[in-house]
Amino acid sequence: MIKIVAGRLLQLIPVLWIILTLTFFMSKSVPGGPFSAERQATPETIARLNAYYGLDKPLWEQYVNYLANVVRFDFGPSYTYQGESVNEVIGRSFPISFEIGTLAFVISLVLGIPAGVIAAANRNKLLDYLPMSLSMLGICLPTFVLGPILALVFGLIFKIAPVSGWYGLNYVPLPPAVMPALTLGLFYAAYIARLARGGMLDILNQDFIRTARAKGVPEHEIIVKHALRGGLLPIAAFLGPAFAGLLTGSFVLEKVFNIPGIGQEFIKSVFNRDYPLIMGTVAFFGVLIVVFNLLSDVLQAWMDPKSRT
Amino acid sequence: MKKLVIVALLAVFGAVTWFGVRHATATKVGYSLNLLEANKNKILLITVGTEPRTLDPQEAQGVTEQHIIMAMIEGLVAPSMDDQSKVAPGMADRWDHNDDASIWTFHIGDDRKWSNGDPVKAQDFVFSYKRMLTASFGAEYSENLFILKGAEDYYNGKITDFDQVGVTAVDDRTLRLEFVGPTPYLLSLLQHQAWVPVCPRAILKFGSIDTRDTKWTRPENYVGNGPFKMKSWHPNDVIEVVRNPLYWDAANVKLNGINFYSIENIDTQERAFQAGQLHKTDQVPPDKMPYYRREHPEVLRIDPYEGVYFYRVNVARKPLDNPKVRLALNLAIDREAIVKNIMRQGQKPATGFTPPGMGDYQPLNKIGYDPARARQILAEAGYPDGKGFPPFTIHFNTMEAHRTIAEAIQQMWKEELNINVTLENQEWKVYLDTQNHKNYDISRSGWIGDYMDPITFLSIWTTGNGNNNTNWGNPKYDALIEQAARTGDPVKRLKILHDAEDLFLTDLPVILVYWYTDPYLLQRSVENWYPLALGNHNYKFIDLKSDSELAK
Repeated sequence: MIKIVAGRLLQLIPVLWIILTLTFFMSKSVPGGPFSAERQATPETIARLNAYYGLDKPLWEQYVNYLANVVRFDFGPSYTYQGESVNEVIGRSFPISFEIGTLAFVISLVLGIPAGVIAAANRNKLLDYLPMSLSMLGICLPTFVLGPILALVFGLIFKIAPVSGWYGLNYVPLPPAVMPALTLGLFYAAYIARLARGGMLDILNQDFIRTARAKGVPEHEIIVKHALRGGLLPIAAFLGPAFAGLLTGSFVLEKVFNIPGIGQEFIKSVFNRDYPLIMGTVAFFGVLIVVFNLLSDVLQAWMDPKSRT
Repeated sequence: MKKLVIVALLAVFGAVTWFGVRHATATKVGYSLNLLEANKNKILLITVGTEPRTLDPQEAQGVTEQHIIMAMIEGLVAPSMDDQSKVAPGMADRWDHNDDASIWTFHIGDDRKWSNGDPVKAQDFVFSYKRMLTASFGAEYSENLFILKGAEDYYNGKITDFDQVGVTAVDDRTLRLEFVGPTPYLLSLLQHQAWVPVCPRAILKFGSIDTRDTKWTRPENYVGNGPFKMKSWHPNDVIEVVRNPLYWDAANVKLNGINFYSIENIDTQERAFQAGQLHKTDQVPPDKMPYYRREHPEVLRIDPYEGVYFYRVNVARKPLDNPKVRLALNLAIDREAIVKNIMRQGQKPATGFTPPGMGDYQPLNKIGYDPARARQILAEAGYPDGKGFPPFTIHFNTMEAHRTIAEAIQQMWKEELNINVTLENQEWKVYLDTQNHKNYDISRSGWIGDYMDPITFLSIWTTGNGNNNTNWGNPKYDALIEQAARTGDPVKRLKILHDAEDLFLTDLPVILVYWYTDPYLLQRSVENWYPLALGNHNYKFIDLKSDSELAK
């Protein structure tokens, strides 16, 4: 097991190298540069700025220099946030997305799993239709619709949550992470509910469950003791990528609630042609995704003896 | 063993999640205040839209940056309270100039200090302008200083001795500026961030005169000379400034602080305003305009703004190289319909390039809506009823409003002239690249004035200017702009500029659409926020009324 985990972590190195190389050449091949603006500086000034940041060197030389710096965990300066390094930008924006992401993660599990299990246990009854229709609604409602609705209801009508900003308001009871986490969490909860229902239905039709029923084991005991562990397997596979996705923030949501998270840094770096920040966030997301996929595999191994090979 | 690893990993995962959730649900230290508290404590809560890239005035480019920097750094002169064409004393308490306004002398007040306690000296301005003109520093706005004698030569390395540039510290308190020609509009220009000083000691602590992006702009290092000083900077969230006790006119500063929020999304701005998190928004969502006009006109403000929305025409491409075609295209646009039905924010149909409000300069009334004449001129150009007119493309950056306007114009040209146009949108930087490489037929554009003089609009159209980008050039036009730069008599000078613009509108390498306005929401408790054409508010004049005062 240790070997497998260590092997997977070692794989990170070539994976990252490929990601960085692709991103490097792709981002440089897009038209437009970091210093172009509606009000153009003189071509001489642009040339000097390019020289200042080493963008006048041949592409291969920029690439080699960049990789040499990355090995030393130096992702370079951001062009958008003058005076901040890429490491500093990630260092200040990630903790915020992390808080929202984990809260959203817990919300999605707490709402999603019971909803799915209840629906499976009450197949084709009201308690199946109700949570499943709600979850369909949750999947269909994009965050840029749900977010403003929640802001309107909890921020403007009930006045219990801030509608914008991270450094929250003294006079509203809810901290600023709650509304964005709820918006994200509801979306993922809807997914998880459907996965949980599907997984549970699979298990509940199997022979060992039938045997348990025949032996007179009460239904709630069957579900909690026998079916749950296997029934939630599909969720375990989903959780790794989902958690990584939650942690990396959401551009749309961060705009709706004006949250200074890492999701918008990623998107804006592309718009701004902030090459070092593009590379830095891509590498960072790459690491997160690999690590959480690994965790998800470990979780599956624990839940499903068949996959422990 | 296996189990142990799994349990350990899951435990770590659980702990991380618990840690995150605990922090997410903990109450944060409040940087925002509610309106009541803010009014009582005299803290202004405003949003300037996007996050500033930097607060170094010499590296900054945008209006956003300018509006924040102004709170902390004051130039030789400062904006007046209620009229953008007038100025109030800044670092200089008096000034004079020679007859043709080509040599100016500024007398810096004895009580002017930097926020680190250093006195503000004439030499600081010399240092600042030298930094702007140091080529290796790469200041985007360096060109603005080229009107100083010798500045362009110094920038281009033709002279290396900065003493030969027209910036002289006569003594600690006297600064002499010598220009290549008469500069009667200097006082307006001096308020622009390219001309405000920086504190040499604060800059040099973190590098040399040409080091970019240093940590001097961090709150703990920032040194200014304005009514406020920086307290905190949370990127993409809020910049807090508080009263600067060392400011020379501190006794007359009314606010105790300002929170500048970066809220890019205009719907979020509006919600924050409604929730009482803001005194002022940067914009108003166009679809909310009717609501505010109807229900809350008391908080809706629509100020004139020095900007023009237009299309650049690539005059190197057929058939757009024919001035008659360009005129016909202009005459076929019903601008009134565009501003009334699409923009709905009080914009004015543009009849000339320079917007109204530029002091004594009368805007031109040359281009209007005349479809019959448009058809006739198009026929004269060889395309009766649009027959044989080759298809072309309107190019714009991806944004809903730009698309809607382009669609309206597409429709008008089809209906009035029987001409087919396609639309093409591009992501912002790609769009800029296309425009700069003149790789378009017709390209959406906008231009915002930097100061209160028509030259800020007209200078970009000289042949080969980096912002011209239309392939258009006319030696006569260049000569007129050149002549204006040598004319000291303000009346004569404006007449020459008027002639230049008239010539420009005869050749017409643009398609005019509308003159901007500045719509925003403003709480009733904000006092002395006058309509200013450049939006440069001198925050020391702004005051807040408490609710009890409002009730009276």
